[in-house]
Amino acid sequence: MDTDYDAIVLGTGLKECIISGLLSVDGLKVLHIDRNNYYGGDSASLNLVQLWERFRPGQTPPKSLGSSRDYNVDMVPKFLMANGNLVKVLVHTDVVKYLEFKSVDGSYVVNKSRMEKVPATDMEALRSPLLGLLEKNRVRKFLSYIQKWDPSNPAPQGGLDLQRMSMAELYKYYAVNEMTVDFIGHALALHTNDQYMHQPAAPTAEKIKLYYTSLTRFEGTKSPYIYPMYGLGELPQAFARLSAVYGGTYMLAKPDAKVVYEGGKAVGVTSENETAKAKLVVGDPSYFPDKVRKTSQVVRAMCLMSHPIPNTDNSHSVQIILPQKQVNRKSDIYVFCCSYSHNVAPKDKWIAFVSTTVETSNPEQELSSGLALLGVIDEKFVEVSDLYEPLSDGKQDKCFISRGYDATSHFETTANDVLDMYQRIQGRPLDLSEKDPSKTQTT
Amino acid sequence: MIDSGGLQQAKLVLLGDMGAGKSSLVLRFVKGQFFDYQESTIGAAFLTKTMPEQHVKFEIWDTAGQERYHSLAPMYYRGAAAAVIVYDITNQDSFSKAKNWVKELQRQGNPNMLMALAGNKADLADSRAVTKEEAAAYAEENGLAFWETSAKTNVSVLEVFTDLATRLPRPSAPQPQQSSGITLTEQPPASTRKSGCCT
Repeated sequence: MDTDYDAIVLGTGLKECIISGLLSVDGLKVLHIDRNNYYGGDSASLNLVQLWERFRPGQTPPKSLGSSRDYNVDMVPKFLMANGNLVKVLVHTDVVKYLEFKSVDGSYVVNKSRMEKVPATDMEALRSPLLGLLEKNRVRKFLSYIQKWDPSNPAPQGGLDLQRMSMAELYKYYAVNEMTVDFIGHALALHTNDQYMHQPAAPTAEKIKLYYTSLTRFEGTKSPYIYPMYGLGELPQAFARLSAVYGGTYMLAKPDAKVVYEGGKAVGVTSENETAKAKLVVGDPSYFPDKVRKTSQVVRAMCLMSHPIPNTDNSHSVQIILPQKQVNRKSDIYVFCCSYSHNVAPKDKWIAFVSTTVETSNPEQELSSGLALLGVIDEKFVEVSDLYEPLSDGKQDKCFISRGYDATSHFETTANDVLDMYQRIQGRPLDLSEKDPSKTQTT
Repeated sequence: MIDSGGLQQAKLVLLGDMGAGKSSLVLRFVKGQFFDYQESTIGAAFLTKTMPEQHVKFEIWDTAGQERYHSLAPMYYRGAAAAVIVYDITNQDSFSKAKNWVKELQRQGNPNMLMALAGNKADLADSRAVTKEEAAAYAEENGLAFWETSAKTNVSVLEVFTDLATRLPRPSAPQPQQSSGITLTEQPPASTRKSGCCT
């Protein structure tokens, strides 16, 4: 360990593994350390034994659940937008070759206590009970405008300047009703709360476009989401492999790993009386307790079940959004479900997750309307995690710290944080249009 | 998995101590090359080799050095149909390490995985530290195929892989195409674009 590196990365969560991979591909000498003896940090997927160790130490999982190793239970449940930035990074780095993805079966939204399918095709939209006949016409016009709107052109388009006008004003222009606003903002643009309403319309328009380009990215998909076989824990491992293939050194099980500072700057990492020097240190907030602040909390319930979620057409994988207004909250509740069809559980077992941003002093109670959709739950685990953000951008102290994994249902904020960190570290943006760097190296 | 050319695709993983010759063995098998001073694996840890006679296409995963500090990710073993565990016949310690890898595979790997033990550097028999009998007996006990190989002089390298390819369990019937599996590519094919909702 007593060597010099260009960068030391602490923690093997998804963000840290992507950065590690990108820096190794760029030719930097990278040392990657985790205090745990497994990959993934907060973005690991746990088997039953690990799950019980974490939530019910001293007890053993019941035999009826089947083999421990057949389970891959995500600690931070999210789906990938099929046309989102994480997929672009996966393709750009060719890390896709280590992974296998399947689409997510369905996407639902709760409306007036009923579960409705988010329309995936024109036909479904026409049949959907979510919208009345006149409203359908207004929505068609609104979405048609968004589809034609070009985000790369900053000038007003079709007489509307989305850079200036707020989203609330754009809704008003198309005279769509409140229920439609809820549907568009939360089920299509996937906002977690209503703060976007009084901000410029352009970012929300881009989010709606992302929903539709994700829906049509692959043939025959019924939702805009994809999910890796064997769970999200495969993602950090795949990027760690990329880093290793390009010379990155991996050390797990270093519980005492600590950043070393000189004159306020990070200069290396010490563990077991050895010090590795580096020009910069990257890591998740847990390795930098003095350099981060708590921003919010997310509560998540992980539920093991022996049946699909009722009223989801027996979907093997599904997302359900409970928009804030429908459940009298400020932020949405998300339900995710995966099963043996994505190899995250043994045959005939389902794993459902319910999560939201904490708003009260009784976080578990806040999940109740999501949990109520699930039917019989065999085992339930609840966890509240604190979200942190770095106090500075790292340019001065050479500490490049990731943000925690927020309550959003997909990886867009995750990918954007990584792209932002990369730019701060390397001083230039990652060019995702650039030809995949590793293709020339393989046969 | 069967691809369109009728080839059975099989993931094959290599395991063994640093310097036992994992990469040399693969490079000899895949490219017919050998270098006296093979650098530690960088940049080319994913190779494929088609064996037309056996109708098998091996996807070969090298450890990429992640075995060094015992930090090999579980995804490495995931879905592997075959494993080649490599040791250096001139190094007793590398043979003990090989036995540990076999244990690890029996614990973590797919129970139907085919395993072969390769005692590499057979060209250095003068400095031998592991007898052929000892290794053969161990392989027999643990149900592994066993070969002494030399990547340098090209002894029994092809045989290790041919034997595994021949013994791979065949899918009993033509498998239906998996409908929901997705291949991530740069851009969606133009023909699959369809109009979005409500337009």
